[in-house]
Amino acid sequence: MADKPNPREAETPAPCEIGTEQLRVRAGKEEILKGITLSARRGEIVSIIGPAGAGKTTFLRCLNRMAELDLDLAVSGRVLLDGRPVGDLNVAALRRQVGMVFSVPTPLPMTVYENLVFGIRLVARGRNGFDEHVENSLRAAYLWDEMKDRLNEPARNLSGGQQQRLCLARSLALEPRVLLLDEPCSGLDPISTAKIEEALQELKERLAVILVTNNVKQAARASDRTAFFLFGELVELGPTHRLFTTPTHPRTADYITGRFG
Amino acid sequence: MADRTRLVGGAFQSLCILACVLIILMLAVILGDIVVHGLGTVTFSFLTKAPETGMTGGGIFPAIFGTFALVVLMTIAVIPLGVATAIYMHEYAPKRSRVVQMVRLAIQNLAGVPAIVFGLFGLGFFIEFIGRGMDRVFYGGELVYGQPAIVWAALTMALLTMPTVVVATEEALRAIPQSYREVAYSLGATRWQMIRCVVLPQAIGGILTGGILAVSRGSGEVAPVMFTGAAYFLPELPARLNSQFMELGYHVYVMTTQSPDVEATKPILYATVLVLLALTFLLNFSAIMIRAQIRKRLRHGR
Repeated sequence: MADKPNPREAETPAPCEIGTEQLRVRAGKEEILKGITLSARRGEIVSIIGPAGAGKTTFLRCLNRMAELDLDLAVSGRVLLDGRPVGDLNVAALRRQVGMVFSVPTPLPMTVYENLVFGIRLVARGRNGFDEHVENSLRAAYLWDEMKDRLNEPARNLSGGQQQRLCLARSLALEPRVLLLDEPCSGLDPISTAKIEEALQELKERLAVILVTNNVKQAARASDRTAFFLFGELVELGPTHRLFTTPTHPRTADYITGRFG
Repeated sequence: MADRTRLVGGAFQSLCILACVLIILMLAVILGDIVVHGLGTVTFSFLTKAPETGMTGGGIFPAIFGTFALVVLMTIAVIPLGVATAIYMHEYAPKRSRVVQMVRLAIQNLAGVPAIVFGLFGLGFFIEFIGRGMDRVFYGGELVYGQPAIVWAALTMALLTMPTVVVATEEALRAIPQSYREVAYSLGATRWQMIRCVVLPQAIGGILTGGILAVSRGSGEVAPVMFTGAAYFLPELPARLNSQFMELGYHVYVMTTQSPDVEATKPILYATVLVLLALTFLLNFSAIMIRAQIRKRLRHGR
């Protein structure tokens, strides 16, 4: 894999750690997140599992401040990127460092190439000269071989699995330090899912990965640590192997064995 | 029972078909009458000469040019204003904002105001207030902008057609998936970058549709320009923003009501109406072509 060392990183090795302290989110009277303390750092994939309505997606959207787009949400507590509160950062700069892949593949209505350079062009001076970037990010998303001759095709011509890997590559093109994935494989076939999981295993060497998933098996397969969310609370957090073999909380055990009603 | 159902259904279908035929028939009669009576008079010299001998002779070129210039000026005014309004309401203002509700109500009411009221408003606001004010401040009271002029007529017309542009643009903005906006944000776009790079390219078709509707509405209206800039008779073309101008619709009105010799004016009247219709179609058609061209170029880029 073309894992080009980032010169900026080489100078000041950033720990690439993102986390929350007592994160609370309210929507009106309803409390969506009730004091979550959870962090992830480079070298690991932290997966978040839990039933619908547990607050998994909201948690993810607080990390790159996408939650702010929804004015009904009141967020309190701290979100830290490498020790700095994310509120202190310029929000656009924060989102370039904290990439996000959505649950539905969301290629923009442009060519494959334009999708990949969309984020770069927002800040770069020139319009061209990003080919190396494009190739690297496509390789990292296990998509280069399929895409190298199709860069100028409309992105919506791709299959669903390809579109989602394109979205992954698009986030990677900005060389983020953290990657947030919100049920990235929920609509994908097993082969595309396997490719994304494989890609994540390599990516975690250079960035922190948080993976929200509805698929308990995916969490067991792909993550190093697993967090179980229920009704806005972090019920249990631990090494994936331990959590799946000897969960300490009965609710966790019910959920991972499918007895949860 | 089944027979009766079939009978009712058949009758209903026939009625619907009849309604469609009626509409086509009416249009055919109107167009046919105009073409039959007007076509003979529409010659090259009719299209290129100014009216002569008290409107019983000569051509209508100043009116054609004036209408064209009016529509172009109106478009320049209404598109930015209408599009900016729609973008503010849909992209910037918070949801359920009081201001937006009020703006929307105002636009709906604006769309219901009779055209003649726009004309009077233009006279009172643009000419008496703005124009006179400009004369007092910049020209020492000399009459420069405080009189009927093509710029005031165009602005009055822009007000009249603005609801069309706003509604069409908002419709286009609403059709853009929210996920596009979220993706742009998640890749580090500011709100303006998101609008420029994702929203506007997607909405351009709808915006142009609004422009087309505004153009076809504007090129046919008489009342708004009657007090604000259209002249009864003017041998030369409008050269400056504060010139008066001739307008086809107004020319038709003048010839119908003020002609010294009704019978002698008749062929010219028919021909003028035909030209007015043709010009409206032409403006419409070119706007549609421009839209198709832009859409094609956008799709090519994808």
